[in-house]
Amino acid sequence: MKLTGAQALIKSLEMQEVEVMFGLPGGCILPAYDPIIDSAIRHILVRHEQGAGHMAEGYAHVTGRPGVAIVTSGPAATNLVTPLCDAFMDSIPMIAITGQTNRPQIGTDAFQECDTVGITRSVTKHNELVMDPQDIPRVVREAFHIATTGRPGPVLLDLPKDVLQGTMDWYWPTSVDLPGYKPTTKGNGRMIKEAARLISESRRPVIYAGGGILKARGAEALRELAELTGIPVVTTLMARGCFPDSHPLCLGMPGMHGNYTAVTSMQKADLLIALGSRFDDRVTGKVSTFAPDAKIIHVDVDPAELGKVRRADVPIVGDCRLVIEDLVKAVNALGGAAAQPDRSPWTSKLRGWQERYPLHYDPPEEGDALKPQFVLETLRDSTPDDTIVVSGVGQHQMWASQYWRFEHPYTWVNSGGLGTMGFAVPASIGAKVGRPDRLVWAVDGDGCFQMTAQELVTAAAERIPVKVAILNNAYLGMVRQWQEMFYEERYSEVYLSPDLPDYVRWAEAMGCAAFRVETPEDVQPTIDKANAIDDRPVVVDFRTDQAEKVFPMVAAGQSNDDIIVHPSQRSDDRKVVQ
Amino acid sequence: MSDPANHHTLSVLVENKAGVLARVAGLFARRAFNIYSLAVAPTDDERFSRITIVVDVEEKSVEQMTKQLFKLVNVVKISELAPSRSVERELLLCTVKAAPAVRGQVVELVQIFEGRIVDVGHDQLTLMLAGTPAKLDDFADLVRSFGIVELQRTGRVALPQLDRQAPRLRSVGKVS
Repeated sequence: MKLTGAQALIKSLEMQEVEVMFGLPGGCILPAYDPIIDSAIRHILVRHEQGAGHMAEGYAHVTGRPGVAIVTSGPAATNLVTPLCDAFMDSIPMIAITGQTNRPQIGTDAFQECDTVGITRSVTKHNELVMDPQDIPRVVREAFHIATTGRPGPVLLDLPKDVLQGTMDWYWPTSVDLPGYKPTTKGNGRMIKEAARLISESRRPVIYAGGGILKARGAEALRELAELTGIPVVTTLMARGCFPDSHPLCLGMPGMHGNYTAVTSMQKADLLIALGSRFDDRVTGKVSTFAPDAKIIHVDVDPAELGKVRRADVPIVGDCRLVIEDLVKAVNALGGAAAQPDRSPWTSKLRGWQERYPLHYDPPEEGDALKPQFVLETLRDSTPDDTIVVSGVGQHQMWASQYWRFEHPYTWVNSGGLGTMGFAVPASIGAKVGRPDRLVWAVDGDGCFQMTAQELVTAAAERIPVKVAILNNAYLGMVRQWQEMFYEERYSEVYLSPDLPDYVRWAEAMGCAAFRVETPEDVQPTIDKANAIDDRPVVVDFRTDQAEKVFPMVAAGQSNDDIIVHPSQRSDDRKVVQ
Repeated sequence: MSDPANHHTLSVLVENKAGVLARVAGLFARRAFNIYSLAVAPTDDERFSRITIVVDVEEKSVEQMTKQLFKLVNVVKISELAPSRSVERELLLCTVKAAPAVRGQVVELVQIFEGRIVDVGHDQLTLMLAGTPAKLDDFADLVRSFGIVELQRTGRVALPQLDRQAPRLRSVGKVS
């Protein structure tokens, strides 16, 4: 069967069971847009290519299936660089398809030409310039294989216009042949036994659960391991939801804005069981003082993560779910729960910290500005526990992670590694497309919202009813917080104005329902109103207290021992409690 | 300045495809590691090329670099070749001034080093020498006194040293 390259591309995507792609057509990708008309694949027309990329990410986050973005050459490809880098940092499976100028024009500075594979080389797991239409089914098959196996990540295919217009003999490869790509999934048996032995000897262990658990679909296995051994679990920013916050063994989020108990438990641990986590600087603080007494069991599917930041006593390369399942067996072989040592002193120490240093904010007094934490608590308590929460980057992201109660995996979508402001609106649209059965709330800052808000037009046009809570403190809040704390309150270029733009009128102009909330009494009724709207996107402009800061905090480059708790919790005898 | 103490030789087997060298080089560039020498050519199997990289990095970075390189989809195999456990060779081409009065001395030096004269001009000679990097260093130093017009080295290629001992007959007991 003879097909054009473009038909082969769309047919290959169909063979990969793609149900939706996010994109925006243009000159060089034009041929690929013609067969889209006849395809069962839904295409969502974005307003900016960055939006297509983040939507693909949001979709992948909640479904575990690769998100697909399709855009043209040149500026469209460069607009995709940020989402590609974001997906690369957070190990999100994603397929990006870009148009390219005709083969003879490549390298001649043709109209809308750029070196897409060169530009995206360091922000993709793999990329390929496809120079022969006959290769299309093979490269698409390989791209999906690479994006979804091992450590997932974005793969970009760059397709010259004349390759899309050329003809090929259709085939579908039955297997992939990549001699240099063979990810290890099964952990080393001897190492797993050694890990079980270390666990059985440990008095102060902590499971340091990272995003890799979610990528490996390993939440159930993790729960089994934690309950079998009775070991408490911290869940990193990328792992929120992989272990229920309501579980008695859950200590919540560690790191720069983690809660006191999660941070300090790692500092005082004698064993850290790192599962799909990568000792990110936002978690470890100053590495040389991080968890000084802890032995390390480190499980990751990416061998390059082992020993990258901290030497592991027991390094295990493998798929997190498979390794945890094997570890459960190994622990059982050593006697299971009954053979675990008495860890009651450790447990009571953890309980003591939790009681003494819970997350805290000063409740507002009459006439005070709205507290962002109060908004989040009310939103949390007014939505089902399988609601998907999507955030941008900054204070609102940290408050959302702190104050939400995550009970299920894949209910938290955010930009962790790259810290991409503007992630929330498009990612929430992608998430809602992936899980139309779920309520999807984006929690955004006013600074973030202004970066990508135009995608609400996409959501309105495509009837994707996401909800956006803007915590509008009229500042680039996190930067303001650093300037207040570390730059003697010299506020440089962080003021944004609460009224410019007028978020309600802007949202309405984009086809959304919109509300403004300025007082605590209005929070609940407005959230109820927003939850009841299901035929278009909703934006709520919450006017929040500009002075509110995120606590606890470990200042950048400082030791986790020097965690700064909320002012009301500070006292001179803090060291004694430790 | 490049410090030979930090030189590490990596032998990287890659798929013989466009862009692979850029991927490999990019991993060094983003960490500001300088590639000291580089040699690339197809192997006996034309699907694969071997890249021999001498890179200027500290010991602790070599392991991480090796792992990062191995993550590249087109990289098939990597080994680090320690100079004491590998055979390294490099080729040098050098055009020197060789006026009739000193030409005999140049020819003599080439003979001592077992090099060859590959081109002859009326007052210049082009010399070729293959050997260990250290031998080439020595030769380059000595030939400098005649006046170097141009000097070019290939970058080294290397293979692991072979076993000197026959393998032990470990499986004898298993034969039944």
